[in-house]
Amino acid sequence: MDWRAIANRFATVRSGGTDLQKRIRGLRRRLTLLLAVVGPGLITSNVDNDAGGISTYTQAGAHYGYALLWSLIPMTIALYVTEEMCARMGVITGKGLSDLIREEFGFRPTFFVMITGFFVDLANVVAEFAGVAAAMEIFHVSKYIAVPIAAVVVWVLVLKGTYRQVEVIFFFACGFYVTYIASAFMAKPDWLLAARATVIPSVQFNSNYLLMLTGLIGTTIAPWQFFYLQAGFVEKKVGPRQYPQARADVLVGSISCMVIVFFIIVCTAATLYAHGFTNITEAKDAAKALIPLAGPWAGYLFAFGLLNASVFAASILPLSTAHVICEGLGFEAGIDHKFEDAKIFYGLYTVLIAVGAGVVLLPNAPLWKILIFSQVGNGIWLPVVVIFILLLVNRRDLMGDYVNTVTFNIIAWVTAIFMIALTLFLTYAAIFMPSAPSP
Amino acid sequence: MELYATELMGAKVFDAQGHYVGRIREFFIEPADQPNRVSHFLLSRGNFPPLVARHDQIASIIVGTVRLNVSERALALYEPNESLLAVQKDLLDQQIIDTRGRKVVRVNDVDLVEQRTNGNTELRLTQVDVGLPGAVRRLLHGFVSPAVIRKLQRRLPQSTIRWEFVNLVEPDPLRRVKLRITHEKLEDLHPADLADIIEDLSAAERQGIIASLDEQTAGAVLAELDERLTTQIVEKLDPGKAADILEEMAPDAAADLLADLPKRTFDEVLDEMPGQEAREVRELLEFDPSTAGGMMNTDFAFVSEASTRDEVLQWLREQELNLDQLDTIVLLDSAAQFAGTVSVSRLLLAAPEQRMSELKMEPLLSLEPNADGDEVVELFDKYNLRTLTVIDKSRHPVGAIAVDDVVSRLVKSQ
Repeated sequence: MDWRAIANRFATVRSGGTDLQKRIRGLRRRLTLLLAVVGPGLITSNVDNDAGGISTYTQAGAHYGYALLWSLIPMTIALYVTEEMCARMGVITGKGLSDLIREEFGFRPTFFVMITGFFVDLANVVAEFAGVAAAMEIFHVSKYIAVPIAAVVVWVLVLKGTYRQVEVIFFFACGFYVTYIASAFMAKPDWLLAARATVIPSVQFNSNYLLMLTGLIGTTIAPWQFFYLQAGFVEKKVGPRQYPQARADVLVGSISCMVIVFFIIVCTAATLYAHGFTNITEAKDAAKALIPLAGPWAGYLFAFGLLNASVFAASILPLSTAHVICEGLGFEAGIDHKFEDAKIFYGLYTVLIAVGAGVVLLPNAPLWKILIFSQVGNGIWLPVVVIFILLLVNRRDLMGDYVNTVTFNIIAWVTAIFMIALTLFLTYAAIFMPSAPSP
Repeated sequence: MELYATELMGAKVFDAQGHYVGRIREFFIEPADQPNRVSHFLLSRGNFPPLVARHDQIASIIVGTVRLNVSERALALYEPNESLLAVQKDLLDQQIIDTRGRKVVRVNDVDLVEQRTNGNTELRLTQVDVGLPGAVRRLLHGFVSPAVIRKLQRRLPQSTIRWEFVNLVEPDPLRRVKLRITHEKLEDLHPADLADIIEDLSAAERQGIIASLDEQTAGAVLAELDERLTTQIVEKLDPGKAADILEEMAPDAAADLLADLPKRTFDEVLDEMPGQEAREVRELLEFDPSTAGGMMNTDFAFVSEASTRDEVLQWLREQELNLDQLDTIVLLDSAAQFAGTVSVSRLLLAAPEQRMSELKMEPLLSLEPNADGDEVVELFDKYNLRTLTVIDKSRHPVGAIAVDDVVSRLVKSQ
């Protein structure tokens, strides 16, 4: 009964020691490591292509054909630069964006950001449920059936699901965006022309064109997404060592988002623009118009894409908003808590979905005004949030060696100022130029 | 009377002659002196350098107005001091640990009470406000009169934490010493609760708490913590400290933790561990985590099946075993081969001279290290086991799987 003797025998026991097994294990481990990080970037960027976004891209393609495609490359850069800063903050500090704003800027600025966020997001949620209604109309389903079902599905999904299950569902939702690629191929576009328009900028200096351009950027970069992205990395407990994977996630997300935008614009440009349907203002009309032009499947796929995007965003937005507000103001938050412990969180979450879906069901609902409000709200909210991000990410006491480099700061500030100027312009236009094409 | 930190910020200060001095912008506690007394007030005076009033220079405090019992000339110039706890900067809006409620909360406001002592007024910190009243006060102060706010907040649900149950979180170890922040109260918490608390904090704060806990508590907390966080924490610890903590952990938990470390940190930490422990951990690391070998622990109690109950008890007393985890003893025959197991409860009721071979559980169950994890779970389920012995090809016991290892595996695969 000598321990040492037993230990020696034990040392000869080897399992899985062969080279091949070791290599497979290494591969599997690396894959698990990657999957442990990937998600927030991919999901956030894809949610940007929500109901409002798809409407805007449809208009861009219908009104201007391929002419706006060049803006996608600078937009990818802007999206990546801003999102990367949030990802970095989440990974390095382990804190959410609203936490950091609260700790570094105090209660009142946080409260302002949160309350604005609530109403802007509420307007956005209305837009998502309006998207559900519009898409189901193509499939001849009444909105009085479709919207309540969507609202209940979304509500239950989050209340009953764990973070991991919800994320897997979101991954599938990201995958369904390929329907737009299929639609684009069915539209038989002039690929050469599209490619050239993507790399060679062609700016027109008239106010409608500039407004369309601003609308594109405004719908693609929304303030709430920064909170969601950063919280996602914190929730996944991603640490500094996995920062390269997190950055890759954000990069792939930004690019895949823009790839989808590219195909939506190409699809509508090749059909609606080419056949003179340039007064299309809604994604629903685009889907209807596609049926005679590119076959019923192209239209149905387009509508399905819209449905997917709307439900996807309608599940993430209320969750993210309730989470951010509770986190910033110090209430218990998160779907891991029981209802009694996190009443405010569940209350906000339920109100966002109930009001969001309810407004769409009202006869004569002022949807148009709500859309404009969400646009204006985003415009006011975005500069504040981006400036907070830039101030925080340059704080050495928070970020250590991970503060922005000088080059990155220049790119980031230029992006921020450009984005702020454009959204202010859009806000101005939305208030004072009511005849302008809907963003 | 009760006062709130928010109401005090911006209050006008007048000296003994009734001259206006400035406004209160911050106030401090000196934990080295008294843990809850407001020791210094920072008075800002526009473009002039700010002054500091000591607690014994305050005559009276009412909402919005503070009177001194000295003239302005008696006040010192303000100099930053790391050993003072600044209520606004270090406390308001920051996260603290509520040691009684066992959770992390964010401070909305700080409640104070005034105390008159020979000729001056002292403020004592009674509790921190983490609920709606504090939030409403922070939002409305300056726009709405304090009287109205007080009326309003009476209708709101209260949520406060007494100051003695507040544990501050300070990542900087030097500052922690200066502010007399200890984590003794945290060490009294159950490691699982402490792990939950740590998960809610930022990376730097987590690091600070783990580094300041004693090795045994730190080890117990790391074993309970989300494994994605444990590697991040151990990576940043000094290798010597990391090794000390890992020694306190069960070898299988230590092995799981080490397995995820980068190669260099891994080697550095193992080098710092004593030979015996390091060897055990290295051996465990050879097994695939999804097999019996990967789930087992090499720390287990084993005795000869020929020994009597009294001999076994005597032997157990002499060993340094983790008693909380001990519920089964492995039996060996004369060739040091696996001969069965005896549960501690049977041992408890056995006669002093009864031999182990008479007490052993039927049927004789064991597995080899490369057996699949699912097989382990099935055996535990079928025979309602609490421990299962792992044996090598020549039937020598090499480790034991406890029921908590099985539970962890099931939770993870969910």
